Amino acid sequence: MSLDYILTLITFSNIFAILSLSLNILIGYAGQVSLGHAAFFGIGAYTSAILAAKFGVGYWWTLLASILISGAVGLLLGLPSLRVKHDFLVLATIGINFVVVSVFKYIEFFGGPYGIVGIPMAKIFGKDLSTPGFSLYTTIWLVAVILFDMYLNKVYVRYGFEAVKENEKAAESIGVSVPLFKIYAFTISGALAGLAGNLWTYQMGMVFPDDFSFGVSVSILTMLVLGGMGTTSGPILGAYTLTFLPEALRFIQDYRMLLYGLIIVLVMMYQPSGLLGKGGILRKIFKR
Amino acid sequence: MQDIVNALVLGSIYVLISVGLTLVYGILKILHIAHAGIYTLGAFLGLTLYHFTGNFWISLFISVFLTGIAGIGVYRYFYKKVLEESRIVPLVISIGLFIVMQDLYRLIWGPYRQPFAVDFGMNNIRIGGVVITQHQVMILVITAISLVAVYMIMNHTKLGLAMRACAEDMAIAGTLGVDVEKTISVAFFIGSALAALAGILVGVYENNVYPTMGEVPSYKSFVVIVLGGFGSLYGAVLAGFILAFAETLLVAWKGFVLPRDAIAFLVMITVLMIKPEGLFRRATR
Repeated sequence: MSLDYILTLITFSNIFAILSLSLNILIGYAGQVSLGHAAFFGIGAYTSAILAAKFGVGYWWTLLASILISGAVGLLLGLPSLRVKHDFLVLATIGINFVVVSVFKYIEFFGGPYGIVGIPMAKIFGKDLSTPGFSLYTTIWLVAVILFDMYLNKVYVRYGFEAVKENEKAAESIGVSVPLFKIYAFTISGALAGLAGNLWTYQMGMVFPDDFSFGVSVSILTMLVLGGMGTTSGPILGAYTLTFLPEALRFIQDYRMLLYGLIIVLVMMYQPSGLLGKGGILRKIFKR
Repeated sequence: MQDIVNALVLGSIYVLISVGLTLVYGILKILHIAHAGIYTLGAFLGLTLYHFTGNFWISLFISVFLTGIAGIGVYRYFYKKVLEESRIVPLVISIGLFIVMQDLYRLIWGPYRQPFAVDFGMNNIRIGGVVITQHQVMILVITAISLVAVYMIMNHTKLGLAMRACAEDMAIAGTLGVDVEKTISVAFFIGSALAALAGILVGVYENNVYPTMGEVPSYKSFVVIVLGGFGSLYGAVLAGFILAFAETLLVAWKGFVLPRDAIAFLVMITVLMIKPEGLFRRATR
């Protein structure tokens, strides 16, 4: 593996770490299980791609637009969560994912099945970012998101999320506004996924509808659950492990997906709270 | 008119898959994504046995039976161990299992589409301008027979009563002397057998069996059980046909640009917004 390749993998890991951290806010903190996270990711990516490739908008503006639009869509799509709960919410979010992808695929404005190509490199402070620069840049964003996550853990909002997650009726009865906190969770989560989308667009230089399919939502969720829901370190570990694992398994080529699936199943059976979650092996090792 | 026949056939397939899924969901409340992997297993076993024995019906029965056993295995060795955990754990296990299954099939049977040509020795039926092929007739007949069988089991046998009791409340059913373990296994057996049946019928109908054939049913069947009101068998049957008709009609209507799968989900989201409990949920629970 060349250095450039490893740096590219780090970039992907960072992007997916941001995604699973953002999903963690929704699932781990607020208890709203979503299997359509790739939809927000895709909306962020397409926003940047369209602005950059079709309208020649500069990098910082596309970044801002991605975060704002994904956040706004998160707010909008958070509204169904006020109506539907539990497994219904899971399925509604799967549905949203499929609908968003088919909108990308079948509506001319979004480039159709061939996606949007020809996105210029990110220009930051007058310089084009190459592979090492961009992986450093995404690392900075990951650190920022981690800091934000730690901040979130210290403020009132986190307790609101916890209350909503544990028992909605009890939360309502002590004056915690359940709809408000659900909308918060969806908005924050959507905005962070939009950030990840922006990073993805500039890393790839092009976007395709299938980059944001249901399968991607599943991978994000798997990263989160594998690492440990409700923790800050878990999602990052999950994202790095599952991005590097297929590469590390390259020597067994043909059995890659099989092993990948098996690892997911086994970890879940014997470490149901995730590797860094409550009672997880890694957590015990680090605590010692 | 031709559209109606096609919708009925499509609906039958949806119903076969979803009824099995509903049985499992009704009792364990697990989003059993790997059900679609079971469906593919049924199709592959059916195809292999058909090549081996040359008799469609024998291979159908053996394959359905073996797949049912495999379904029990999925419960015994995987879901059973994590029932106490948060609901997302079995969901992720199920997704992992589905990935493993699809890859196993690819390794065993190869990645290519394989033909599954069966001739039932009947002519196409023509009524007016409408043509019903022999395969369509078979699908309709087999679905009808299976549904009647499931109805009889659920409503007129002790096992059916036990299954309904477990779906209502597993702990109480257990204290009242229901063998919960056995009942869940039976539910998995029947559910998986129905999935295998659907897999074989789709394989024959489309003359195509391949490792990823479960991808579309894996989420489509959930649309059906959502519309049907999660765990309601009658609901699943009605919803399967309603979805098939809605899709067929909207696809036939040229002004609609989005594909079939998006339609299914749009229908589902709309229904969830208007009636969050599904179309046919009983008022209780």
